[in-house]
Amino acid sequence: MNKLRFYHNHILGIEGLEPQEITSLLNLSDNFVENNRSEHRKLNNLRGKTIVNLFFETSTRTRTSFELAGKNLGADVVNMQVSTSSISKGETLIDTAITLNAMNIDILIVRHPESGAVKLLSEKVNCSVINAGDGTHEHPTQALLDALTIRRRKGHLNGLTVAICGDILHSRVAHSNINLLNIMDANVRLIAPLTLLPTQTHMHGIEIFHDMFTGLVGVDIIMILRVQNERMYGNFIPSIREYFHFFGLDYEKLKLAKSDALIMHPGPINRGFELDSDLADDVEHSVIREQVEMGVAVRMACLSVLIKNFDHNKS
Amino acid sequence: MSTNIRVAYINARLLDPASNLDSIGSLLTEGEYIVDIGSNLFQDGVPADIQVIDCNGNCLAPGLIDMRVQLREPGEEHKETLYSAGKAAVAGGITSMICLPNTNPIIDNIAILEFISNRARKNGLAKIYSYASITKQLAGKELAEIGMLAEAGALGFTDGTKVIRNTRVMRRALSYIATFDMMILQHPEDPNLSENGVMNEGKMSNRLGLTGIPTIAEAIILERDIRLLSITGGKYHASHLSTSLGVEVVRKAKLDGLQITCDTAPPYFILNELAVGDYCTFSKLSPPLRSEFDRQSIIIAIKDGVIDAIASDHAPQDQDSKRLPFSQAEYGGIGLETLLATTLELYHNNHITLLKAIELLSLNPARLLKLSAGMLKIGIPADLTIFDPNHSWLVNSEQFHSKSKNSPFNGHYLRGKVLRTVIDGRTVFATDV
Repeated sequence: MNKLRFYHNHILGIEGLEPQEITSLLNLSDNFVENNRSEHRKLNNLRGKTIVNLFFETSTRTRTSFELAGKNLGADVVNMQVSTSSISKGETLIDTAITLNAMNIDILIVRHPESGAVKLLSEKVNCSVINAGDGTHEHPTQALLDALTIRRRKGHLNGLTVAICGDILHSRVAHSNINLLNIMDANVRLIAPLTLLPTQTHMHGIEIFHDMFTGLVGVDIIMILRVQNERMYGNFIPSIREYFHFFGLDYEKLKLAKSDALIMHPGPINRGFELDSDLADDVEHSVIREQVEMGVAVRMACLSVLIKNFDHNKS
Repeated sequence: MSTNIRVAYINARLLDPASNLDSIGSLLTEGEYIVDIGSNLFQDGVPADIQVIDCNGNCLAPGLIDMRVQLREPGEEHKETLYSAGKAAVAGGITSMICLPNTNPIIDNIAILEFISNRARKNGLAKIYSYASITKQLAGKELAEIGMLAEAGALGFTDGTKVIRNTRVMRRALSYIATFDMMILQHPEDPNLSENGVMNEGKMSNRLGLTGIPTIAEAIILERDIRLLSITGGKYHASHLSTSLGVEVVRKAKLDGLQITCDTAPPYFILNELAVGDYCTFSKLSPPLRSEFDRQSIIIAIKDGVIDAIASDHAPQDQDSKRLPFSQAEYGGIGLETLLATTLELYHNNHITLLKAIELLSLNPARLLKLSAGMLKIGIPADLTIFDPNHSWLVNSEQFHSKSKNSPFNGHYLRGKVLRTVIDGRTVFATDV
């Protein structure tokens, strides 16, 4: 096994990570994938450690994935139900941090509807923090699990052409993926109507398309983003049928990509809106279920490196 | 099938701004298309199997393209139908016209768009194209299905006589329309400043006791849209400019390299606010007739190329809509049958050449809307207008083909008469002077 190179106390975003740090996490994740497929998947690396899932937004799959990851490593995992907790009674984020500090937590996993809120919390708590999605900023573990899925299928990330399609403007998944793919020297294409693209992007080497029929030509990977309900009608997109007609992935548009192109989606899918229903289930191309499996392994990797770093930095 | 009929138009003063051609010569059509053209064509006579039309030295130009027409069908057939508008258009030398989506139902979906093109095709008169609305129901809130409408043949997007009031909606509209490389056409008039306004704001409106619309209403929306355009990209067209201030805003934006174009309509370079006279409702237009200074500025902008096109802004209104107190009367004037002659006033007053007139009325609209027209060029559809630029006539809208008679030029003498209009090689209108 390669030497682990990852020295951070928190995982707040992909931006700023080094290629070898990402590679280290993916290598470690690979081991956990094999572990999770075996009968004796329960490990005890994190025995006696406490992990808290603090979700200020509803989530099923990400929260469950983190919960499983923690439990597979032998940690005690607690889900904090924010909607019924003191936050809805007006407690500030800083007050929440003070409360959590009193509970002697080891790792805090946070999802929050405001960009930057997880970073703010990480500055106030005395444990490691993983960003499970903050506003429209970052969702680093999603990008890592996507990278792991791609790397296991294609063997590498560098040089691949990845098309990210859909609501890029509002997507933290897109932001983290663009960051990661850039760092790992993949070619990124963004395909969306101009209403769903930022007016300026701070990164170099990104190609922008407004048309799937040109944007998908010769790509290795197609990442379809979920278009949020609140964007469907109104100013961003006129209608579902228009969106699907131009920006929904179906078999006809898929023909333009490489014959072995993979289709990815962070879930949950709006069938017949951004992705053709049959295509979503087509195991020849769709790796959507695989992404979910990789999610648990990646999160186990993240948890285990953070525990190691935090213990090390404390002593 | 008559597709192989060949027609020679001889002794014509050929006017083709695209090739800068202005000389006596001939043009040959075969079936629907132009197949030959030149000064030396048929010098040794026309072969017997070709039908001959002697133009007697009159002008032969690419058919006029009127890029802003309000059709009242469907919805207000008592004011104008596709048929009556088609008859009026060809009598005015117009071979293609593009209608606004403010019909009833509104052109904000593919079904209505296709209804209009099918109905127009059956008439076999001027070609009718449509713009579709930017927002559903022209409500200025939610985007219409712009991509699908563009695929179905909408030539551009506009909320017609309504401005997009909400800046955020306008921003999204510009972005979304740019996605499909289509043009957005704006009626540039601040809706708050123009609310209840019925004429130009100034001494005249003060004297008449009518609520005015200040000239800055135009400039404010243009300024806003141009700032949006600078971040969204895309193609923006300002319709019927009427003010000096508006022209200056567009002039600067063009110098700044933005993809902006504009048109004006004949009332704004022929008439000024004095035409309102004693509450003449035929002179109640939107935007309103402006001051003499503004009129002169529009002419200068036409001459120096800031204004790209001239459109009729045809807006039929029946008697009941106009025979009312000025404030209650509807806006608009008809313009199909006076488009050429009013534009030729600029030529007769030595502001522009005949070629420039045809450029404004045909070549530039065709380019803006990506139509295969506006040129005397081998291989494109034979849409032609033959006219005598000097023939003087009195405008009497009672004799017009248009169902509505509300011409702001009624009673004016104009020069320039359409003699023959040809669409796809077929004569659809012919008259003797």
